[in-house]
Amino acid sequence: MKNTSFSYWAFLAPCLIAIFFSLVLPILIGVYYSFTKYNGFEVSEFVGLENYKKLISDTQFLDSLWFTTKFSVVSVVLINIIGLTLALLVTQKLGKINTIFRTIYFMPNLIGGIILGFIWQFIFLKVFKGIAEFTGLELFDGWLATPETGFWGLVILYIWQMSGYIMVIYISFLNNVPTELIEAASIDGANAWQRFWKVKFHLIAPAFTISLFLTLSNAFKIYDQNMALTNGGPFGKTEMATMNIYNTAFKVQQMGYAQAKAMVFLIIIAVISAIQLYITRKREVDL
Amino acid sequence: MKLKKRFKSFLVVLIGLLTSLIWIYPFYLVVVNSFKTKAEIFTNTLGLPKKLTLDNYPEAFKELDFIQSFTNSLLISIVSIFLLVVFSSMAAYALSRNRSKLSSFIYFSFAIVILVPFQSIMIPLISIFGKLDMLNRAGLIFMYLGLGSSLAIFLYYGALRSISTSLDEAAIIDGANRFQIYRYIIFPMLKPTTVTVIVLNAIWIWNDYLLPSLVINKEGMYTIPLKVFYFFGEYSKQWHLALAALVIAIIPVIIVYIFLQKYVIKGISEGAIK
Repeated sequence: MKNTSFSYWAFLAPCLIAIFFSLVLPILIGVYYSFTKYNGFEVSEFVGLENYKKLISDTQFLDSLWFTTKFSVVSVVLINIIGLTLALLVTQKLGKINTIFRTIYFMPNLIGGIILGFIWQFIFLKVFKGIAEFTGLELFDGWLATPETGFWGLVILYIWQMSGYIMVIYISFLNNVPTELIEAASIDGANAWQRFWKVKFHLIAPAFTISLFLTLSNAFKIYDQNMALTNGGPFGKTEMATMNIYNTAFKVQQMGYAQAKAMVFLIIIAVISAIQLYITRKREVDL
Repeated sequence: MKLKKRFKSFLVVLIGLLTSLIWIYPFYLVVVNSFKTKAEIFTNTLGLPKKLTLDNYPEAFKELDFIQSFTNSLLISIVSIFLLVVFSSMAAYALSRNRSKLSSFIYFSFAIVILVPFQSIMIPLISIFGKLDMLNRAGLIFMYLGLGSSLAIFLYYGALRSISTSLDEAAIIDGANRFQIYRYIIFPMLKPTTVTVIVLNAIWIWNDYLLPSLVINKEGMYTIPLKVFYFFGEYSKQWHLALAALVIAIIPVIIVYIFLQKYVIKGISEGAIK
């Protein structure tokens, strides 16, 4: 197919047009908005770097970035440990029950963030309170009322949602480990623990890179769960970066300023993705 | 030795079962409590209902406007996914069958925009479509095509590279045109990728809240996530209705999942490896 032919452009046109209007043009206009005062209807003034200067000393925004980072790192580590454990569990030779386990662990991933957030709001507010009254354990009392319980509430929700997804990725890598290798290791006298750490662990290394960064950039971008579970409370202490951007744009109508925050957010995500790409490529070369 | 092995698999199954119970427990709590009266949820959250009530369901069903919000969600998801599958596979086909600098540039640009987080384009996106008077369902579907097609093209392109061009050439000699080749020879061979594209986008679009809340925030156009959200805002202290609403919202997803779980899991794992 020549790139001057009609069919080449006809095949490409729908996606090109849609991507242009929904992504390319918004990014370009977004860069412009970030240098202006914009209220959603009209750009009243070009302010240069003013918005960017302002956000460096915006403690609420910086706190939200820090909260997001903390949330992402903690949940990424836990999700990968739990996801890998689940994957190792369902790749044991147990027969049909494996499919049932796998189906169950993956299920929360299909439910939207809004609904997940409300389910867990019920559990933390009502069920945990019930447990606290029943057992007298203070640990279960007053969830989502403090920044700490809000933080761990979000982490628990996200583990429940994402572990099954990461499990599926690890399963596909574990299934690609040649059985001859495992058998050879067994014959040489390696026990299950050694077989995992000395053989499988090395062969599924690419899965770590994929899973770590997939969960990391996804964790950075979550919004629905945050809104439905804590809505930033108490006192904005559990507000994540995305929610901060949204509120600046649509609650106080400072769209130009919100867009400057959005550009910083874009750069953070781009850096994370670039590091991921670099590491994946490097590993592929090393192999 | 055999006994030890048996004991080991028994232990693994036991751990699996316990974990499954923990995983299902949140769903169980929501379902069980949705059959309690408003008062009983407060006094008896943990146990089974003392008196089973079904009253919550008709009311939640009505308040959710379920038939309408379900139809809206279904319509938007199906049309968007259909367009995504057709247009992305076509675009990937054109790019894979033309090895020029221009094609590489277009492909590279598509791969880059996959990484753009929604929040960083949200504000200009809404203002552009607002000016074009496109803040409606058609506009939303168009946005899904734009936001989703770069990943879909990326996946299709990977699959197309392993389909030899000799098939195309043979078909051209037989007098087929490009569209016929794509439609009758290439597209059927892309079926595994199509499953992945459908699964990934169905999970995203069906559950999406933020974009529809900005684009079709009008009576009569609400999708299920939007309706659930507003419902919760209004009835936040009425857990009996809220829980019934959550169950109603989840049921369609679970039913589809039970029937198609094989394809869902397969689609996800193939999408992740690439």
